[in-house]
This record gives sequence, C-alpha cells and structure tokens, in this order.
Amino acid sequence: MEKTKKEGTEVDIFLEAIFQKYGYDFRNYAKASIKRRIQNLQKKFAIKKISEMIPRMHQDRSFSNSILAEFSITVTEMFRDPEFYRSIRENIVPYLDTYPFIKIWHAGCATGEEAYSLAIILKEENLYHKTTIFATDFNNVALRKARNGIYSLDEIKEFTQSYQKAGGKHSFSDYYHAKYKSAIIDNSLKKNITFANHNLVTDSDFGEMHLILCRNVLIYFNKILRDRVLNLFDSSLIHKGFLAIGSKESLNFSSIEKKFNPVDKKNKIYRKK
Amino acid sequence: MKTKNNFNISDFKAIVIGVSAGGFEALTKLFSTLPKDFPLPIIVVQHIHKYQSGYLFEHLNKHCALKVKEADEKETIKPGNIYFAPPNYHLLIEEDKTFSLSVDEKVNYSRPSIDVLFKCAAEVYKNQLIGIILTGANDDGAEGMRIIKENGGLTIAQDPRDAEFPVMPQSAIDKVEIGIILTLENLTFHFSGWHRK
Ligand SMILES: C[S@@+](CC[C@H](N)C(=O)[O-])C[C@H]1O[C@@H](n2cnc3c(N)ncnc32)[C@H](O)[C@@H]1O
Repeated sequence: MEKTKKEGTEVDIFLEAIFQKYGYDFRNYAKASIKRRIQNLQKKFAIKKISEMIPRMHQDRSFSNSILAEFSITVTEMFRDPEFYRSIRENIVPYLDTYPFIKIWHAGCATGEEAYSLAIILKEENLYHKTTIFATDFNNVALRKARNGIYSLDEIKEFTQSYQKAGGKHSFSDYYHAKYKSAIIDNSLKKNITFANHNLVTDSDFGEMHLILCRNVLIYFNKILRDRVLNLFDSSLIHKGFLAIGSKESLNFSSIEKKFNPVDKKNKIYRKK
Repeated sequence: MKTKNNFNISDFKAIVIGVSAGGFEALTKLFSTLPKDFPLPIIVVQHIHKYQSGYLFEHLNKHCALKVKEADEKETIKPGNIYFAPPNYHLLIEEDKTFSLSVDEKVNYSRPSIDVLFKCAAEVYKNQLIGIILTGANDDGAEGMRIIKENGGLTIAQDPRDAEFPVMPQSAIDKVEIGIILTLENLTFHFSGWHRK
C-alpha cells in the first residue's frame, strides 16, 4: 500500500480508538493538522508508528491528557485582529445596546484572552454591566488558565498595541495588575464571564444568544463538521442575532449561508435574517 | 555545484516557494515573467508582518499574468494561481489538494512557517513537487527542503551569491544536497519558457 494511504487509515483508526475510549470525537477534524499533532505526539513520546499509539493509550492513563492537549490548539492572543474589535465596537455595539440584557457565547475561547478583550470593549461602551459572556472550550486546562486570567507580562506589550489599534479608550494598564512577571486581569472584567466546558462536536446548543463568537476553531474542522457546528450556532442565536467567525473563515458553501447577512464582510461578522 | 539543470515542468504537479527578507523584489521578478498558461499551481510562504499583505497582492497582480491571491481554507489548489499563506497562519495541504489553515505555535519563530508548508506539501505531492528557497535572513525552510528531497521531489535554491539575503538559501544548501542551485535570472528563464523544449 502507498505510504500516505496507509497513514491515512492508521490516523482514522487512531481517531476512532480515541473516540471509543474517551468520547472525544476528532474524526471529522481536518486531517492535515491532526496529522501534524500526531507527529508531535510521536516525537514527544518516542513512538515510531501510529499503530503503537493505541496500546500506549490503553496502558498509560496520563496519555489521554497529552492527546487532548496536543489536539486542542490553544494559541490565542488579546485583540487578535484589532480591526475586528473596532468593528464590534462600531457596528455591533449600537444594536446590542437596544436590549435590556445581553447574552454572548464565546465558543472555543482557549485561555480566555479573547473573552477579556471583548469584555473590555463592552465595558468601555457601557454595556458590560448588562452582559453575560458564556466562554466555552473543551479543554479544561485552558479553561483553568482562562478563569485565573493571569498572563505573561512579555505578551502585554503586544496586547497593548493591539488594544490601541482596536480603538481602546483608556490605558490598557487599567485592566490588569502587574505582579512579578505576570499580568493579572482585573476582577471587574471577570465578573460577568462564565467559563465552562462545552464540546462543539458532542454537546448541544446554548439558548437565546445575542452574539456568538467562534474564531479560529472552524478552520480545524472538515466541511461536514463545520456545517454541523454552524447549525448549532444558528439554532443558539435569537432572531437577528450576530455571528462572528475568524478572519480567514467563511460561511460560503455552508448550509446556513442563506440564513445570514454579512454585516462586515472583511471582519466576518454576520447577522441572522 | 550540481547542474542537473534540465528538468521538465510537466513532470510535476505543484511548486512551493519559501522566501523571507528581500522577497518582494525577488518574487516580483520571478512572477512577472510567468506566462498565463504556466501549468503548475505555485504556493508561497513569505515571512511578513501579521497585519500587512494587501499591498503585496495588489502589486503582484498588476505585474503578473497569473492570479495572485491569499490561500483560502478548504480552497482547491489549481493551476493558474499563485497562492500566499495568510499572515499569522500556518498553511497546510490536505490529501485531496485543498488548503487548511492553523494558528498553532510558531515554527522557527515564524507563522506561517516554510518548513510546515513544505513538509505537508511533500507528503501530499511526493516526487511531483518542486521546492524552492529564495532570499532570506533565517533558516526556515531548510528542514522542509530535506523532506521534499526525501520524498523524491526536486529541490531548487537561489545561489546565495545572487540572493539579496544569502542566509536562507545557504542554510538549505548546508542541510540538504540541493538538486539545482541557480540565479534568480536563470530560474526566471526556466519557468517563463517552460514549453520551449
Ligand atoms: C486556535 S484556538 C482559538 C482561540 C481564540 N478563539 C482565538 O481565535 O484566538 C482553538 C480553540 O478551539 C478549541 N476547540 C477545538 N475543538 C473544540 C471542540 N470540539 N469543542 C470546543 N472547543 C474546541 C481548542 O481547545 C482551542 O482552545
């Protein structure tokens, strides 16, 4: 058998085994990225063949954590794509403000940087007090970090620049306390954010959201899974609710495409018809 | 220097190019001479600041007969196009020859990383891939070239003496026995007249 084809089936068998054993379903993730993650695991654990991963999984209990950590790519930053946040501020906030209370679902929040970025925008626009942000991810380690809201001071310089580009109205240092080499997010920002575990593949919808953000998560899914998750978002939004996806993601050729109008095409913000 | 200088473009299915500092001029020179019927898709990783790229496309599209665009996720790779990795994302290739994007850790301090694209491309296109390293001031891409070679693909490096920044092609040359080392002008000549032979 050709090497790639054989690897292909081995990958599928491994993903099936993970699903059977842990209930984590990576079977419809985009394969190229999954393959890289498996190769990383092989390197880390000095495992030569993919087929050797399965017995390893059954022997070594901590191995499952490593798999999840490896497959869940939690790289994120505050105010990633500052223009996007500027657009939220200018184009979405005026609509949100018309509601007596606002419910936001932030899916795939990783270690929380984006959720806090959004909280800052809402605070500066005087909306935060009537907002609840449900920030979810399927990675508990990332969620713990998100709840703690402690980030490295090294990153703060870049975050500060992005905050300014996003139209920040104050000094970014108002939102954290520096301690040793860390920046601790101010408690007032944490108040209305609930971090919770939710798996987009296997868990059900969240009701009645005014805005859903899910950025840089759909790129890891194949078309089938992307479609399924987009439908989950569609059914979790109120009539005229907003959906924001990553700047390199799109609703094109998805089954919900026709149900949404673009509000800001470049920044990938859509509104349910 | 090895000069198995004659290769037939039609033996291949895709070209990947890695380029960093000095890339703007080098790519303009190379791409502006490619004819409209150039038969292979070209996929480029250029190290670039994460919020800049618009100008590059505008500029290249003005000077180039082929379509120059950012690679979209899940887009099918087709001849007639020159695709660029979007800034701040790694560019991957699926078995079915569509693109995927990822925002995982930087590789060689870079995202997009040349090594990441080259490795993926080599696994998909095998010996039907041409890998090219041009001017640059770091060593991203050297490992990728090794993997392209290992999979039977053709490796080409710009002659470091000809490169505005020699480090990148030199690192590839130091790591792999490169198939063809040539000047940008020679490469341009090869590609623009691909059906001359
Ligand atoms: C690259 S991060 C994106 C973080 C952030 N949204 C951003 O754009 O900066 C992708 C996140 O998606 C999460 N994720 C992947 N698959 C998931 C799933 N099935 N359910 C919930 N979260 C998932 C990962 O754990 C990871 O934290």
